[in-house]
Amino acid sequence: MTDKKIRVLIAKPGLDGHDRGAKVIARALRDAGMEVIYTGLRQTPDMIAEAALQEDVDVVGLSILSGAHNALVPAVIDKLTQNGLNDVKVFVGGIIPEDDIPNLEEKGVYAVYGPGTDTQKVVAEIKTAIIPKSE
Amino acid sequence: MIDAEAIRSGNRLALSRALTAVENNTPDSKRLQATLFPFTGNAHLVGVTGAPGSGKSTLVNQLAKAFRQSSINEKPPKIAIIAVDPTSPYSGGALLGDRIRMQDLAGDKGIFIRSMASRGALGGLAHSTAAFATLLDSAGFDIILIETVGAGQAEVNIARLAHTVIVVEAPGMGDDIQAIKAGILEIADILVVNKADRPEAENTARALKIMLEMSRGGGMTAASKHLMRSLAEKKVNTNQKDEKTGWETPIRLVTAIEGSGIDTLVDDIRRHKAYLVSSDLWKVKEAYRLEKDLEALIKDKLVDQWQENLDEEKYQALLAEIIQRKRSPIEALDLLL
Ligand code: B12
Ligand SMILES: Nc1nc2c(ncn2[C@@H]2O[C@H](COP(=O)(O)OP(=O)(O)O)[C@@H](O)[C@H]2O)c(=O)[nH]1
Ligand SMILES: [Mg+2]
Repeated sequence: MTDKKIRVLIAKPGLDGHDRGAKVIARALRDAGMEVIYTGLRQTPDMIAEAALQEDVDVVGLSILSGAHNALVPAVIDKLTQNGLNDVKVFVGGIIPEDDIPNLEEKGVYAVYGPGTDTQKVVAEIKTAIIPKSE
Repeated sequence: MIDAEAIRSGNRLALSRALTAVENNTPDSKRLQATLFPFTGNAHLVGVTGAPGSGKSTLVNQLAKAFRQSSINEKPPKIAIIAVDPTSPYSGGALLGDRIRMQDLAGDKGIFIRSMASRGALGGLAHSTAAFATLLDSAGFDIILIETVGAGQAEVNIARLAHTVIVVEAPGMGDDIQAIKAGILEIADILVVNKADRPEAENTARALKIMLEMSRGGGMTAASKHLMRSLAEKKVNTNQKDEKTGWETPIRLVTAIEGSGIDTLVDDIRRHKAYLVSSDLWKVKEAYRLEKDLEALIKDKLVDQWQENLDEEKYQALLAEIIQRKRSPIEALDLLL
């Protein structure tokens, strides 16, 4: 019998200090029965990919309100790939202009969420994205 | 299937996946644990316990950093950290935030940090924390720092698992008395008064010193005394002659946030290991823990087997009789087993 739980890393890359959204999402995922690792502010792509590896998460959630998403998100995805974490799903939230979303999705982002997102929608979409890894 | 050899040769992804397999109790995890067990028994397991907010994660961060820097001439020890946080009993989810305090350790490939939710287990650790330590041991980590939930109850499990237990107290948290009640001082091989930058810290240290003397009358921890007595009963000889000599629990003032007092603490941890080895308590503690682990495994397995072969109808019928107070649970037990 296995007791699989969805594990999620919530990270804030770059110098952006807006952490309310990240905390709101972290709590909502916890309340939905997930195990959420929160790493705090000012994470480099290397730090995020290393934490994702050590914690063996299913999802990496990036919260970015600084406008630097076009540089940061692909950098995180590259590092995740370098660490062999190709199967990890990347979710992004914060202040992301509509026009930038297709580019981010092309780089491998699973979904993007803006201000006012219903956290239950995020919960549901993470659950669909994670087909329990069959061991 | 995860490659056991990859774990031994330092493949971090394989190790991380193996930890998940163990935590989720997959069939593959049993094979891995069996394959890797012969390569364990080398790591020094150091428990860090104390109330939430006392500064355990901050301290662990400093300890790991200091251990990595300390040996200039030798190869620095490889450090693993297991940080346990509570699972919410309502949602089954958990918020694991210890890494926030361990940012300094990022980028050092000689350090591996893994957060772990308690998943309903009581006593400060998760069900598979011991198995995590064993796996990390087989992967070649020399020191494994284990941060407990620190919920304030008697965290006896860490005393059984770790070779060395550090209890962290902080001034002005109003929980000193509670700590005594919970018996947490009883398991301290090293007592840390953290947040020494606060003016009340010295008072806290003094109060703790008095309490320690009163409750122990000097000498080793209650856990070690218990161990010594059970050895005496079994007529096992060790180099530890009595309960009074050998190890005196030091009380250290530390400011974890600045890193002051850490070098002394690193020294204490090394001295405690040397003491355990020279007194034979190291071997004895390991033997005792392995025996308890085996007992726990047997109990789990017996319950599983019993559940598999259970005659559900008979069980429900007897349960109904118990609820109607027509039959006692004791009597039902004989009919069920
Ligand atoms: C509150 C706030 C602040 C607070 C932050 C407090 C804190 N600790 O978080 C303070 C006052 C400190 C602040 C400072 C600044 N701010 Co400000 N701030 C805001 C404001 C008004 C609200 C942000 C917020 O907390 N929203 C509430 C949370 C819950 O919503 P959220 O973060 O959007 O999260 C939701 C979704 O986006 C999504 N989500 C978010 N993250 C994630 C992650 C995942 C994985 C998922 C799935 C979903 C998800 O789900 C959440 C729930 O619905 C916004 C404007 C706005 N309306 O968004 C500006 C705003 C973000 N700030 C802005 C700026 C410019 C600044 C400053 C640079 C101002 C200055 N010149 O000093 C500084 C920079 C501070 C720093 N160090 O980074 C700009 C950013 C512009 C841009 N990106 O192009 C904004 C957009 C205002 C504006 N219109 O100009 N700010
Ligand atoms: N003043 C002071 N605060 C500290 C010290 N060590 C830790 N803290 C703070 O105490 C809080 C709790 O620390 P943390 O390590 O998370 O405690 P834990 O819950 O026991 O793991 C944080 O805000 C730390 O910054 C210290 O030496 N002095
Ligand atoms: Mg902590």
